[in-house]
Amino acid sequence: MKDAGLSVEMRPKMVGSRVKRTEDPRLLSGTGQYVDDLHPAEMVHVAIVRSDQPHALIRDIRADAALDVPGLIGVYDFTDLEGEVSPAIPSSRMRNYYATPIWPLARGKVRFVGEAVVAVVATSRYAAEDAAGLIEIDYDPLPFASDPADAACHDAPLLHEEAGTNVIISREFQHGDIDEILHTAPVVVKGRFRMTRKSASAMECRSYLAQWDKRSRAITFHTSSNIPGIVRDVLSSSLGLPGHRLRVIAPEVGGSFGGKGSLYAEEILVCALARKLERPVKYVSDRLEELSSCSQAFDEWMDAQLAVDEQGHFLGLKADVIGDIGAYSIYPWTGALEPVQVISFMPGPYRVEHYHGRVRGVLTPKPATGPYRGVGRPSSTFAMERLVDMAARKLGMDPAEIRRRNLIRDEEFPYRTAPGIIWDKSAFQECLAAACDGADYTAMRAWQEEARAQGRWVGIGFASYAELTGIGSRIAVAPGMPINTGTETSTIRIDSTGAITADFGIASHGQGLETTLAQVVADELGCAFEDVRVRQGDSEVAPQSTGTYASRSAVLAGGAATKSSRVLKAKVLRAAAMLLDVSEEDLEANGGVIRSRSSNAVLTFREVADAVYNRMGAIPHDKREDLVSTETYDPYLGTACSSTHLCMVEVDLQTFGVTIHRYFVAEDCGRIINPMIVDGQVHGAVAQGVGAALLEEIHYGTDGQLQTGSFVDYLLPLASNMPDIGIAHVEAELPNNLGGFRGMGEGGTIGAPAAIANAISDALSPLGVEIETLPATPDRLFRLVTAKTQEISSQEGNKK
Amino acid sequence: MTDTGTVAITVSVNGVAHTREVEPRLLLSDFLRHKLGLTGTHVGCEHGVCGACTVLLDGYSARSCLTLAVQVDGCTIETVESQGTQDALGPIQAAFRDHHALQCGYCTPGFIMTVADLLEHHPLENDEDIREALSGNICRCTGYQNIVAAVRELAKARGPLT
Ligand code: FES
Ligand code: FES
Repeated sequence: MKDAGLSVEMRPKMVGSRVKRTEDPRLLSGTGQYVDDLHPAEMVHVAIVRSDQPHALIRDIRADAALDVPGLIGVYDFTDLEGEVSPAIPSSRMRNYYATPIWPLARGKVRFVGEAVVAVVATSRYAAEDAAGLIEIDYDPLPFASDPADAACHDAPLLHEEAGTNVIISREFQHGDIDEILHTAPVVVKGRFRMTRKSASAMECRSYLAQWDKRSRAITFHTSSNIPGIVRDVLSSSLGLPGHRLRVIAPEVGGSFGGKGSLYAEEILVCALARKLERPVKYVSDRLEELSSCSQAFDEWMDAQLAVDEQGHFLGLKADVIGDIGAYSIYPWTGALEPVQVISFMPGPYRVEHYHGRVRGVLTPKPATGPYRGVGRPSSTFAMERLVDMAARKLGMDPAEIRRRNLIRDEEFPYRTAPGIIWDKSAFQECLAAACDGADYTAMRAWQEEARAQGRWVGIGFASYAELTGIGSRIAVAPGMPINTGTETSTIRIDSTGAITADFGIASHGQGLETTLAQVVADELGCAFEDVRVRQGDSEVAPQSTGTYASRSAVLAGGAATKSSRVLKAKVLRAAAMLLDVSEEDLEANGGVIRSRSSNAVLTFREVADAVYNRMGAIPHDKREDLVSTETYDPYLGTACSSTHLCMVEVDLQTFGVTIHRYFVAEDCGRIINPMIVDGQVHGAVAQGVGAALLEEIHYGTDGQLQTGSFVDYLLPLASNMPDIGIAHVEAELPNNLGGFRGMGEGGTIGAPAAIANAISDALSPLGVEIETLPATPDRLFRLVTAKTQEISSQEGNKK
Repeated sequence: MTDTGTVAITVSVNGVAHTREVEPRLLLSDFLRHKLGLTGTHVGCEHGVCGACTVLLDGYSARSCLTLAVQVDGCTIETVESQGTQDALGPIQAAFRDHHALQCGYCTPGFIMTVADLLEHHPLENDEDIREALSGNICRCTGYQNIVAAVRELAKARGPLT
């Protein structure tokens, strides 16, 4: 084991075990507290009037009728907050970029249907909505281009005139001479791939509660966010309040998947109103607001070509991507986060010598796109893995074999990809082999043959990918973003009662970090797991943190926990050595008990704490140290998490519905802290990938209106859509970071769309159907199959 | 109805009788969460699709976001808070914990109450049956596999429906 630095007798016991979660009893008994469960006295409620126009000037706002509603406190538009807040600016060092300012309410112009225009405050949400319904807004509609290709044209109507263009992001990666390769390669496959717009759709809608404390002139802001530290920092400048007068707490958060991982206008709004009204102000978005104003995901068009030699070796790849980033560049990640990752990761886990990737991020009148589980890579993996299967089919080669020939091999690590990403050693090849073994690929093919002989449409699909997780300070998580995403801090203290509190800046929202981080602390500190209380999701417990996203918390917070525990343990052992009059080296700590190896002397952590804090003179005054440590961890580079998914699907001949018969994931996520939690992350992420592949699509009409405003139209996977997922953990070599962890929460969503698209294409290969657009809904499949059958029959007709 | 437009209702919630004056339009979900302070019941969609708001109404699962408080006058309601406490989890809660059938926990109260109904009234003979029975509740976190495992175990412990 690399870098773990542990003697055999102190081998970890909690890390690696299926420890039941600390969070569960409160969540299961209904005692967890999400933002909307908080009811401070004097609280008032906000309802928001949102734009019904995609692009328009606000001519007049008439609120007279609303003023008579019983319980109304006030009606506010942007003029009422003028001078009280400054906008959040999603800045970046990228060239040719325009950072769209983010204000709490629309200022004279609206840029998407769903944009917040007026805030109505009343003593109950019912009254606030009554009043909101009586407010009339007159608009002067402006022209707009809803399609990103149209919006990218030089004469397109501009959403932000100041930018001078709708194309606010453009980036290119070039390595080698791709055009020459495409010209001379024996085999070239290509496609125009489309990953449609999605919604993260956490089950808890965004919820905010700001409380103004008159005494300390401070705000406590409860937010359903996974980046409370970032929210604190930006609100501090937006509201002009120093950090010690602005506490941001993410209590229980009902899922995020990235949807709650950006700053929202409503967060600035609620805080500004609380300060203005000097009362607690709550806003809870409803599902329609969530689907029409929460950040959205993906939405790319990807023209891609892969050149291959006769033996199936990849020669070169070219990708031209248009990302529809919506009406604003999201804070803090910018609109570049999603589309730029598509071209950064397009070559995937393969050896690709010649590469040209180009991307443009285009403003359109829709909600901003932002982070969503997998970021960029669900799209890039979909395009690349489709090309790989198309090439295999053209060569008559097994899809497993073509991957085997091109996946980076052990001796090639560390491998620098054409766009400059460095893969550290991870089980790229082994995951492919493990997926074939674990799912019994040979038997699957035999089963498929039988089904095909009966005229059924059954297909098998692979997807191999690698993701960069636990990224340190070498590169920002989003391109050119001036925020430090490369470190996390942990403060661990043992107090005078012997209680152990471990504080982190990260913000768990379903990952069970209170459990996993306590496992790490227990092992590294040598205390009992039950004695550790993890505090997180609170800006007051860490000087700086950016939160939980991008598969970073196990690596960064786990590393900080390890470092901090080791420093604290040394202090505990130094104190114990003095108390027992033995040398520190003679002591070991395990399960909260410190033992001398040479004698039978024993002390508990509690006894040491008591001696240090409460018993004057027990420790010489000049040797006494508080039992506290604060350490920050920076893994500097990121680490690869690699995986292969393998699935078998069937397309129904009548309904064109897709059933997943078998699903298998083999992955290398390094040292596993809690296998139960890791498997749960895989299941959940694959389900979201299944949604992206088969069900989920946010759709805007050419009139700029949202057509999928409820869960009746935006379909999420149900228990009946999901198969059981088989999982194999491959642990090749531990990464060179503290603890040996790799991040793994997002992978399932990266692999599943590609694997399923490949399986459907395989099922329909007798007809020559290739899936290029996801989700592959029954409607889309019906059209594809009908078109191909007509093509085939007209060809046969011509022959006759 | 009174002069103020409110209606007096009496409802038994988790074994306790509550008499309240409520607006006729008040949703049962809001009544439970905001009038009685029983915030274990969650709201995920407000239109009957996600099942997060599921409670038992006279012993059968019902969507509290689609039910008005005035409709349950004289009825018996059970919410997740009836199933056990942090220190003494009930059998469904314990099975969910053992099988890691929850992550963010937001959908969980709705699932627990749905399962409470299913165990009383549904054969739950095989996984397909269980998945079908659970398909009125959405969980965005777990991919359902561990929820199915928890229900499978509960159904086995229950035995065939009599
Ligand atoms: S909140 Fe009632 S079904 Fe979704
Ligand atoms: S546990 Fe998060 S939605 Fe089910």
